[in-house]
Amino acid sequence: MNQQIIISGIGGQGVLFITRILAEAAIEMNLEVLTSETHGMAMRGGTVISHVKVGDFTSPLIRMGQADVGLFLHAENLDVHRCYLKPGGLIFTNATGDGGITSIDATGLARKHGSIVVANLVLLGFAVRQGGLFCDKAVAGAVLKRISTTAKLETNLAAFGLEG
Amino acid sequence: MMEKSGQRILMGNEAIGRGLVEQHCTLVAAYPGTPSSEILASVISFAGETGATIHTEWSVNEKVACETALANSMAGRRSAVAMKQVGLNVAADPFTRATYLGVTGGFILIAADDPGPHSSQTEQDSRLFAHFAKAPVFDPSSPRESKEMVAEAFALSEKYEIPVILRPTTRICHARQNVFCGPSDPTGQKATFKKDPSRWVATPQFLTGLHRLLNEKLDRISEESIFYPTLYAGDGSRPRVCVIASGVVFAHARELLAGLGPSGKIDLYQVRLAYPLHRPFIAKIKEEYEEILVLEETDSVVEMQFADARIRGRNSGDVPRQGELTPDIVEEILRKFLDLPTNPVDQPSKRGVRPSLCAGCGHRAAFYAIRETFPDGIFPSDIGCYTLGMNFGAVDTCHCMGACISQGAGFYHAYAATGEKFPTIVVTIGDSTFFHSGIPGLINAVFQGARFILVILDNGTTAMTGHQPTPQHGILADGKSGKKIFIPDIVRAAGVSFLRETEAYDIANVATMLREADAFIRSPEGGIAVVIARHPCIVDRGARAAQTVYRMRITEECIACRACIEEFECPAIGFDEDQNRARIDPNRCIGCGVCRNVCPVEAIIAE
Repeated sequence: MNQQIIISGIGGQGVLFITRILAEAAIEMNLEVLTSETHGMAMRGGTVISHVKVGDFTSPLIRMGQADVGLFLHAENLDVHRCYLKPGGLIFTNATGDGGITSIDATGLARKHGSIVVANLVLLGFAVRQGGLFCDKAVAGAVLKRISTTAKLETNLAAFGLEG
Repeated sequence: MMEKSGQRILMGNEAIGRGLVEQHCTLVAAYPGTPSSEILASVISFAGETGATIHTEWSVNEKVACETALANSMAGRRSAVAMKQVGLNVAADPFTRATYLGVTGGFILIAADDPGPHSSQTEQDSRLFAHFAKAPVFDPSSPRESKEMVAEAFALSEKYEIPVILRPTTRICHARQNVFCGPSDPTGQKATFKKDPSRWVATPQFLTGLHRLLNEKLDRISEESIFYPTLYAGDGSRPRVCVIASGVVFAHARELLAGLGPSGKIDLYQVRLAYPLHRPFIAKIKEEYEEILVLEETDSVVEMQFADARIRGRNSGDVPRQGELTPDIVEEILRKFLDLPTNPVDQPSKRGVRPSLCAGCGHRAAFYAIRETFPDGIFPSDIGCYTLGMNFGAVDTCHCMGACISQGAGFYHAYAATGEKFPTIVVTIGDSTFFHSGIPGLINAVFQGARFILVILDNGTTAMTGHQPTPQHGILADGKSGKKIFIPDIVRAAGVSFLRETEAYDIANVATMLREADAFIRSPEGGIAVVIARHPCIVDRGARAAQTVYRMRITEECIACRACIEEFECPAIGFDEDQNRARIDPNRCIGCGVCRNVCPVEAIIAE
């Protein structure tokens, strides 16, 4: 299968960590994968975006209007990066409010897990449970288990929606 | 723990690092700079996994890194040096001579270019530099290929005894891909330096001969069949039309052509060795094709070597002469070339958030004190996180690594020449940049009698590129301990007689020292005054855990003057329109407490 995903946030929110989980999940499923990341000065609180392309691609970048899924860790970025989504593309957003199938108060839930840093994993777990991504909960969860440090394992799994 | 070999997800920089380890490289020296910074760290990590013995170092700058690696190569051992593209400007002196003298052990210079640029002061094309220096240059189109090219580059370098450049771009360095990792065994290349003064000491009388030899090497390399560009053949319906591409632009073009249906089924060539371009290939293209489009970043290196007016590219105006060739731009170029309707795309309705110094950054406190103390000062600065001081008026110039100190001297001489009272010039430089190339500028400024204040912003690390240690740490690249070299010792040794050191968070103390420094530089015996403002980078968890955390709050006394937002620019302070007062975001505030000093009515308090 082919899937193009953008992950949008601001520096420090852990965009790179969930990019890595998705890339590792693709390998677990024997799928080809290419990602592209933002490093350098923008990581100091600036707007950052990762591209994840699973399947038959050669370019690491997603064109405007081509992404199947968008994960937005910072809701204000919708105006900046929504243009990457294709018509009908799925958007999962970290936003407060009444929730629903496309938004979740990831920061609020992360705080309940003891660290707002894991809002990225709350949003990822939410998107996976909604069936929006190429990988299921078992595959992504196994990757998370493998790449989390021991000290953070329990919090990470809880935020993602798995028991330790 | 992952298996030793098999498919692994690697960033382009990690793939290069893995390639160096698998290819038995014995020394890798680097200076950090986006987008190249992860190369050395991955060499260290893979060497640890495979048991390879590799000398790795964060050199103080790229020139030093290049010279160190060149000597290791002269001793017959495989060597590599990694830097960002502007680092090659710094290493230009040793590198350009190295092509004339040649190398013994395989030698690769990795210069990571940054079309865009995303995190650099120029968009220069290192392939053009390779042409100028007469070095072959590989242009990878994926992380996977960048690893394969490490092997090819070593083989080419050793066959012709020539230094080789590997030129990835940001989109390769920071792309990840599943890459096959092979086994690697510990290496055993012994150092064997053979004296040969006519080569290693080559005085001018030998240079013409060496230059002739170099030209002959390049002639032979340009005939090497393995570097004939790879053809991805079309369906033959338009036999006189082709696209020639290199680097990540090839990856974009291949995917785009595949998506264009029958119209996209034209011949596509991938150039892997961008210089010297394969000569029989040039002849064949000129003979067989009428409509030829060349796609490459960032300048015209392949295009130039064709020297053919029929080529469509930058010279013909078909390809933009600046900026990154994103897939959206490449699609438009391809559609025009193939006479297809162009497909306008939606542009973002809003720009993203600009980066800022982190909440709790010690640099912010120092900058605040500088700007408040000298509202009419001139503030030359430099490259690092602290360039972000420009967001709140504390940085007036940023040029190239280490330039701020010499620029401080230049500004002084400019104003002093008229004999009038000169403005206070406060130069800011980070600790790593000071080691990189600030020291010669300081010695020169002292010696030439310049008068300015130099504030060294010492956060104890190379923060922006990922916390590489500086010589002051006494920690080597691989984590072992080395000899500590202290900045105050260097400052004194450079002839500076006014030196003060302070905690950067203590704005009042920084301001007092700055006023003393100003008095000193204007005194008869005055010269350069140095203030070292220290606070460890708070991105470092240990440093953050060690400091007091205050619970900050903005009281009803707030007069909505926005001074804390505009003049302090902490990302944790915003404005609450409903309450009509400043507001602290508890998710972003780290509780440093410094903002207490910036409110004119003391409405920011620690609970």
